Amino acid sequence: MNDVVIGTGEAVVFWVLGPIALAGALGMVLSRNAVHSALWLVNTMLALGVFYVVQEAPFLGAVQIIVYTGAIMILFLFVLMLVGRDSSDSVVETLRGQRVAAIVLGLGFAGLVGAGIARATQALPVTGLAAVQGGETSNIEAIAEVLFTRYLLAFEVTSALLITAAVGAMVLAHIEREPGTRPTQKELSRARFLTDRPQTLPGPGVFARGNSVAAPALLPDGRLAEDSFATGIEPQEVEQMPRPTGRAELGTPDAALGTLDPAPSDIPGGRDR
Amino acid sequence: MSLTHYLVLAAILFTIGAVGVLVRRNAIVVFMCVELMLNSVNLTLVTFARANGTLDGQVMAFFVMVVAAAEVVIGLAIIMSIYRTRRSASVDDANLLKY
Repeated sequence: MNDVVIGTGEAVVFWVLGPIALAGALGMVLSRNAVHSALWLVNTMLALGVFYVVQEAPFLGAVQIIVYTGAIMILFLFVLMLVGRDSSDSVVETLRGQRVAAIVLGLGFAGLVGAGIARATQALPVTGLAAVQGGETSNIEAIAEVLFTRYLLAFEVTSALLITAAVGAMVLAHIEREPGTRPTQKELSRARFLTDRPQTLPGPGVFARGNSVAAPALLPDGRLAEDSFATGIEPQEVEQMPRPTGRAELGTPDAALGTLDPAPSDIPGGRDR
Repeated sequence: MSLTHYLVLAAILFTIGAVGVLVRRNAIVVFMCVELMLNSVNLTLVTFARANGTLDGQVMAFFVMVVAAAEVVIGLAIIMSIYRTRRSASVDDANLLKY
């Protein structure tokens, strides 16, 4: 029965991508930042997609990459950005010793299931899918044949499930606002003038050589305007533009007045330069 | 190299996902760990489809993907609405479903 021999190429693919998939899974669990977790998981899912292609399931491999890494993980990232990137995990253990217990249980589970599977499937024959696909019928045709005959009912039920999920997501994510509860422009303006700062916040990078968000704005005396610091970004020292009047060298306005040409000009309205 | 390698890798990935569900507190990361568990089961299904020479395993993995997509949509919408009321995505804070 063992008519298909697993080739060296597949072994190479497995031993290259297996550790990558494992590292992705571990990185997802271990990284504090949720965005990093999502990116590690993308890593694992891409490796699994390649495994599907290698294991004679090219359709599932494509679906894995398109649906899982393309759609589902992007949805995760969308929600992460909405919920707030800084909502990192709390380090406090709610149940004492839960972390240690979970890790011990995990090691035990992995050992038990892994060893059990390894023992049970030691002499697993590789029949291969050459009888049902390959040659005349492609993988997609073979899957379609099974899907639309034996699994037709499940397929139809799946469409009902998907429509329910879409409607449910819309219902859950929708916010109903009563008319009149939204503050008008007049109320907003009045509330703003009651605060200490009715004007807008200073923009980034005023009088600086960069206009990035990380470049703080400068006050007239050259200090950094703390109101212009962006949230979540460390303010960076940026090179300032040369002052147009040279006030920095002259110091006080009185000193600046002393440097003016004392001789009155003939031209009405100013100096002849 | 045999199919056992794939199955053991899937078992380890499943375990890592399960430990992540138990250890992590952020609801979105817990959700990602569930996705990892589903993926590892898919790998098992595809491997057994190849071992048995039938396509049923692949069709089942396909259905798992569809159900996972529906589950992710609903779950993330629930996390969003919990976050809107509680201002937190931690699973410790959500102990009442209604408020």
